[in-house]
Amino acid sequence: MSPLVAVDSLTKLFPVKRRVFALRVRHYVHAVDGVSFAVEEGEIFGLVGESGCGKTTTGKLLVKLLEPTSGRIVLEGQDITRLRRGPALRAFRRKVQMIFQDPYESLNPRFTVFDTIAEPLWIHGVRSLAEREARVAEILAQVGLTPPETFMFRYPHELSGGQRQRVAIARAMVVHPKFVVADEPTSMLDVSIRAGIMDLLLGLRQELGVSYLYITHDLAVARYMCDRLAVMYLGKIVEVGPTEEVLQNPLHPYTQALIAAVPVPDPTYTRAPPEIKGDVVAAVNPPPQCRFLPRCPRAQDLCRTAPHPPLVEHRDHGVACYLAGHG
Amino acid sequence: MPLLDVRELTLHYATKMGDVHAVDGVTFAIEPGEALGLVGESGCGKTSLALALLRLLPDNAKVLGGQILFEGVDLLRLPENEMRRVRWRGISMIFQAAMNSLNPVYRVGDQIIEAMQTHLNISYAEARRRVAHLFDLVGLAPELMDRYPHEYSGGMKQRAVIAMALACDPKLVIADEPTTALDVIVQDRILRRIEEVRRQLNMALLYISHDIAVIAEVSRRLGVMYAGNLVEFGDTVAIFQRPAHPYTLALMSAFPSLKGEKRRLRGLPGEPPDLLRPPPGCRFHPRCALATEVCRTQAPPYAEVEPGHCVACWHPQHRRCA
Repeated sequence: MSPLVAVDSLTKLFPVKRRVFALRVRHYVHAVDGVSFAVEEGEIFGLVGESGCGKTTTGKLLVKLLEPTSGRIVLEGQDITRLRRGPALRAFRRKVQMIFQDPYESLNPRFTVFDTIAEPLWIHGVRSLAEREARVAEILAQVGLTPPETFMFRYPHELSGGQRQRVAIARAMVVHPKFVVADEPTSMLDVSIRAGIMDLLLGLRQELGVSYLYITHDLAVARYMCDRLAVMYLGKIVEVGPTEEVLQNPLHPYTQALIAAVPVPDPTYTRAPPEIKGDVVAAVNPPPQCRFLPRCPRAQDLCRTAPHPPLVEHRDHGVACYLAGHG
Repeated sequence: MPLLDVRELTLHYATKMGDVHAVDGVTFAIEPGEALGLVGESGCGKTSLALALLRLLPDNAKVLGGQILFEGVDLLRLPENEMRRVRWRGISMIFQAAMNSLNPVYRVGDQIIEAMQTHLNISYAEARRRVAHLFDLVGLAPELMDRYPHEYSGGMKQRAVIAMALACDPKLVIADEPTTALDVIVQDRILRRIEEVRRQLNMALLYISHDIAVIAEVSRRLGVMYAGNLVEFGDTVAIFQRPAHPYTLALMSAFPSLKGEKRRLRGLPGEPPDLLRPPPGCRFHPRCALATEVCRTQAPPYAEVEPGHCVACWHPQHRRCA
């Protein structure tokens, strides 16, 4: 069976103008650079990496908030990359939704909870008010805002951060999408609220049969949420595989450094420093070699001369490193 | 004598809707050279507490009671001109969102030199030498002092702000979420740098964070705040091995972990209380599974469960998880 979403060599370049009156753009940020992966039906696929690695850009490309420079996105066997307008795009918008990071900015402050959640229903052709009310009440109950009547006519400023994020989730889920891009949905929330939102998203996957692209910088959150995981560095996927496999047996030196840098909630444990050199550089006109080369503690001559390594299968997961599997 | 001794500190913010009970009856002490952690969620009063220690609270804040003894002197009674001498030389602070606390139109080095010349009686040349030394200490190339903030990356700005906090050789540095906006690898370096500098200079550190894993790594003793109250305080290892307050236990089980078995998280029901009208009795009782009648009506006593380990709870969990 074909996967729900298949992404092939997806690339997004952002032009940078170095001078105001430059006639031609000569510099590009390679935000997403030849990324390929597939998300199966009912699966939670995680995208992790540091800020600037291209994970949010990838998410926006998948919901068509951005147009790719090249590459293909296939949803349920249909190439949607060049979809521009018309009923096909509308059908796509119903199938694919997004949950944003900051529920203080993603909700319209002048819309009631009902307005916010009912708007996508109207857009997708639910014209009967009674039906919209019923659907909104149903989804509110599903996201844990009960009893629904007490929340329907409130404004965002009357809600806490956790409740707002539940409204944002309800708005995304009310049209019964097949695929949802969740971009750091818990990172703005308080610690004691986060677990509830994560469990809600896991529960909705079971109840509604939805798949997620789950974007996060937090490896522990990714471990909790995701079935499979891709680690990104400067626009490239450097490692991909089943979550536990990637986190317990990381093969790419960048994945290893990321894991080693996560603080451990045990005061008796002494964590060794991660092995990584220097700082992240901007992905403007990157050299052809491995993106991680300037920071890699183990780089060999091969890495300095060969192009960026392809993703190769090693023990259940894909790694883009010439040295993986050698020692 | 402790370096800093906070006793029964209570402070409210006056708002149009009434008083916000931001910090209520908080008591703790920091020994010279000690690394103390303070953990809690947003709005629990940890930043208000830090600002109170430096007397940098906004105008609508009212300190209703308590003492802040720094080297035996009550900072709350100090005239402003003497308080100014305590800031930077006695107590300095690394602010939250430090990325934005540098002035964009001045060279980074000059901003630190300005602070030094205001507070220490030293020449420009001497101050420059000191900045070069501090840059070295926090892991920045000394040449960078003649650059502007926009030429720095996020991690570099954070290091510069740490260098600035160390400029006048303070006895206590308050770090308020200094790594929250940073990526993990940069965070790791900053945490290691802070610890190294703290040991070298023998400073005390008050490290404030919402991240219990970070607190576990940086602190020897820690305090847990909830809704304006200090609910648990003690040795970090003791609290992690034997959390006595149900909120501390909840905080620990609410975080997913990279190590060990993958387990289900237990989020807390409800939301932190509105501090305009804090709940009567124990402020945690509406979210607490162990709450009984007494919790709903009377504030719990703040008492020792083992030597040096205090908790404010009617039903402390004695040695439940070893």
